[in-house]
Amino acid sequence: MPNSRGDVWTLAEVRDGAIHSVSWELLAWGRKLADKLGSRLASVVLGSGVADKTDSLIHHGADVVYVVDEPELATYRPDAYNAVLVSLVKEYKPEIFIASATTTGRTVMPVLYVDLETGLTADCTGLDIDPETKLLLQTRPAIGGNVMADIRTPNTRPQMCTVRPRSKRPLAPDANRRGEVIVKRGAAADLASIYQFLSFDREKAVGLPIQDAEIIVAGGKGMKNPKNFALLEELARRLGGSVGASRQAVDLSWAPYSAQVGLSGKSVTPKIYIACGISGAVQHLAGMSAADTVIAINTDPDAPIFRVADIGIIGNAMEIVPKLIDMCPGGCGRKGGEAR
Amino acid sequence: MRMAVLIKQVPATENIKIDEKTGTMIREGVEAELNPLDLHAVEEAVRLKERLGGEITVISMGPPAARRAIASAIAMGCDRGFLISDRKFAGSDTLATSLTLAAGVRKAGEFDLIFAGERATDGETGQVGPAVGRYLGASVFTYVSKVASVEGGRIVLERAVEGGHETVAAPLPALLCVVKEINTPRLCTLAGKMRARRTEIPLLDAASLGIPDAKLGLGGSPTKVVRVMYPQITRNGKIFSAADDPDGAVRAVFDLLREHGAIEEATSDAE
Repeated sequence: MPNSRGDVWTLAEVRDGAIHSVSWELLAWGRKLADKLGSRLASVVLGSGVADKTDSLIHHGADVVYVVDEPELATYRPDAYNAVLVSLVKEYKPEIFIASATTTGRTVMPVLYVDLETGLTADCTGLDIDPETKLLLQTRPAIGGNVMADIRTPNTRPQMCTVRPRSKRPLAPDANRRGEVIVKRGAAADLASIYQFLSFDREKAVGLPIQDAEIIVAGGKGMKNPKNFALLEELARRLGGSVGASRQAVDLSWAPYSAQVGLSGKSVTPKIYIACGISGAVQHLAGMSAADTVIAINTDPDAPIFRVADIGIIGNAMEIVPKLIDMCPGGCGRKGGEAR
Repeated sequence: MRMAVLIKQVPATENIKIDEKTGTMIREGVEAELNPLDLHAVEEAVRLKERLGGEITVISMGPPAARRAIASAIAMGCDRGFLISDRKFAGSDTLATSLTLAAGVRKAGEFDLIFAGERATDGETGQVGPAVGRYLGASVFTYVSKVASVEGGRIVLERAVEGGHETVAAPLPALLCVVKEINTPRLCTLAGKMRARRTEIPLLDAASLGIPDAKLGLGGSPTKVVRVMYPQITRNGKIFSAADDPDGAVRAVFDLLREHGAIEEATSDAE
């Protein structure tokens, strides 16, 4: 007897023609939910030339992969993506549908849930199944992490949410896992789009986008000038990390807005966050206090950043950062630090 | 150009309280401000008006006190404003809010361009902008970092996405959720403030929007907040003084980095 309850779905994310690792993180969440529900875990892939790239999804935990591989889906076009997803959801009726809280996920899902007339919870950091009701329990921070809320979608399906990138590690891939790949054609009416993709301008920053980075070396006003700020780039390069910045540093044009961490910038969850010359205003802490490990360097012993630090150094970042740079010769560190 | 800007009044970030019973934010008695990210939406609309001419309508859903936020947007250069407010809207989640806001936008007029901020600094969902756009059947653009051109019923713009900026185009009407990097908001002038004071801000209530009660407020919201927690973020870490023990401090950081694999083992012998 097949389970009367629908499957758990994840939206795989395709970047530069490849399955992005956030897709595997989602599968780690999805596996836990599907096992608790006794249902199947499916991943949905939309793109062009992606039909032969589904193995990694199965190896990372998917039981089923739905693929819609059409040239019209080569880039993200909100209307075509939405129409294709609406058709898939209406045909297969998933119980739960989760996407990563990336710029794509945070656009796809808020358009989709309007058409499906269901609930959508943004930027969750925890997901579970309520043992009694079997409902999805969605935990999310709000107001800069000052509040955590548990949210449920009791009456409508699918239960939808976006999940903060790096809130869970992917499962170790198992090359022996087998799954079912279902290739769907997109209906012509669904694929028609009013959107035109014109070009992509890649940012020449050190390392990965900060949302994806395992190590972030971040600087604030305490770095005093752009030349000192450049020291952080050197340290980030040597550690294979990326450069982050406080709002003040961005306002002073020492770093681009894409590097801004905090309430009016990005929320990041790296393994290691090194805060240099950042005092730690509430708005900044909101974006980085979920990091695994925080190292803070600041001259002011009363700086709030020390409250969230695992290691704090009361001292001048301009003197300490060069010492750290000297300790790790160029080129060492983890992989993935190259600008992509 | 007929433009609308969607704005939200939010609690000033420092002091926010939640009603433990309903799980919703207590808005009464808390100092409020115009959502800082919405300032960029207002500014972009005003800049486009300066370039292309037209009129800007500010629309906000919230308690009566949200008139203040609308007035400050008018003071920055918008022309008129509407407040969407009714007790029946209380407890709306993002879907109910988006449905209500979209109905309010329709009531306020026809628009070529609708601007919103990336997200509000209280709820931090970023879902309402794109959802309103979907309800209105407009082209939806999130993370907009630059408006390149608006001509011939078509908009070309840049979006800030992971790893860079993409340039995309679509026909009007369009709803744009803008990011902070798009501009630097202007300050209100005294003349602007005077004009805002003279501008009447009509009320759009549930009855005037014609949405069935079942789709409004808490009852019309598919998501329910079941529990609210206030996490402590203090970590009680180890604090070194560089003045007393400069090498010990750096050594501690180095050990930690090495423990996490950020620095390879061999490098410790090399120093």
